[in-house]
Amino acid sequence: MAFYENVFIVRQDVSNQQVEELATRFTEILESGGGKVEKTEFWGLRTMAYKIKKNRKGHYVMFNLDAPSPAVQEMERNMMLSEDVIRHMTLRVDELEEGPSAVMKFRGERTRSYGDRSDSGDSTSRTPAAPPAVASDAPAPAVSGEPTAAASETPVVEGDSA
Amino acid sequence: MSTRPRPFFRRRKSCPFSSDTAPKIDYKDVKLLLRFTSERGKIVPSRITAVSAKKQRELARAIKRARFLALMPYVLE
Repeated sequence: MAFYENVFIVRQDVSNQQVEELATRFTEILESGGGKVEKTEFWGLRTMAYKIKKNRKGHYVMFNLDAPSPAVQEMERNMMLSEDVIRHMTLRVDELEEGPSAVMKFRGERTRSYGDRSDSGDSTSRTPAAPPAVASDAPAPAVSGEPTAAASETPVVEGDSA
Repeated sequence: MSTRPRPFFRRRKSCPFSSDTAPKIDYKDVKLLLRFTSERGKIVPSRITAVSAKKQRELARAIKRARFLALMPYVLE
């Protein structure tokens, strides 16, 4: 078994949920080939530096893999077949890196937090203030959104019953 | 070498990646890679940035990988 790093980009008009479904599908393909996904990172919808297939933005997903090469090849084949995946790259690495990658540490400002970013980077000295700020304001909209939706629903129910 | 300033003498800068505390060259670390590209997005030669030859090759590879994934532009205009 060898270590690999894989990054793939999904079309911009695919929803976050579908991106996660795609990721689990690729994970299953890999596991059926005897591989293991050590870490999955969702970098969120990022603006790309140039257009790819008329997409300005893309959902980035990164896998850290420990898998035999046939399993990786099978996963790559499926990525190429998928219409939603616009680009992917797999690299063989000597060792998988621990903790969140550089993208998660520095580009936290704009990305949505639907990945694992619970342990923010304390290993590097550059911009240590950025990840906590993201962690604090990212859950806030989601939490504030749900109570208002629930609050708007309850009066309607009461009005119907009365 | 000597403390007295000499004309046309410039102290040799050391490679920014060769010390123990140096950052690791990684294609995902776009902020770091951008420091070694010009305004146009070109890779800056090592004679200007003082990156060692070995690290310059590593850096160039990382920049090219980042470009492929659209993390960095090929051309900045």
